[in-house]
Amino acid sequence: MDIKTEHTEGITVLFIREDRLDANNSEELKAEFHRLFESGTKDLVIDLKEIHFIDSSGLGVLVSGYKSASTQHGSLKLSNLQSQVKSMFELTRLHRVFDIFTTVDDALQSYR
Amino acid sequence: MKNDIDIDITLPSHTRYLRMIGRIGEKVAQEIDCPEDIRKTLSSQLAVVLTEGLVNAIEHANSSDPDKEIHVRINASKEKLVVRIYDNGVGFDLNAVPTPSFTSCGLEEKGRGIFILRSLMDTVKYTRSDGGNVLEMKKKLA
Repeated sequence: MDIKTEHTEGITVLFIREDRLDANNSEELKAEFHRLFESGTKDLVIDLKEIHFIDSSGLGVLVSGYKSASTQHGSLKLSNLQSQVKSMFELTRLHRVFDIFTTVDDALQSYR
Repeated sequence: MKNDIDIDITLPSHTRYLRMIGRIGEKVAQEIDCPEDIRKTLSSQLAVVLTEGLVNAIEHANSSDPDKEIHVRINASKEKLVVRIYDNGVGFDLNAVPTPSFTSCGLEEKGRGIFILRSLMDTVKYTRSDGGNVLEMKKKLA
């Protein structure tokens, strides 16, 4: 999975550079979350600007990251949801669970 | 002139084909004789339905065995959409899949696939068929 990682003000930002987050690649993101949390990361912003398709596996891996961040007393927030992704979050009511922002900057601002 | 589309695809039981099947579903939906805005939504929904149905067949019914096959049948007309996904594995109990939690309390990573299918399609059934199983999903369009 192509992921660009940035660290800003103690927050790790992951830009997912794939057009899909689905059962075929979601385990790779889960492995990256695991690596980050094991190394002490607790606050994450996941930018989904390039994701135009998400399935329940993709939603599941974001939920797993959300739960892991909570366990570390941190948080995982999302930015730049495209229309199909937004629809899937609304369909599964996950838009009420996650903090979702229009831009990465807005997400980072919420940590200040 | 009848404008029914009937597509029959057999493929290996592997998630690498999800993108391909999703795209086929989008293209089929784009040919359905209905208003453009409905066609656009249907296209997106059919891609999701096919993906979720296939993942269930691959991971749960076929126990992620890449030597197994999956057979997908899509029938689309102005009146209705029918998707059938055939697996030849041990199957799973559709009725045993609980509704996922909608709050951060009791949040589970898995279990949203069947809920999504039931939300997007009018009927979802899973039955034995010819030594395997078939997930049959229908949606009335007109």
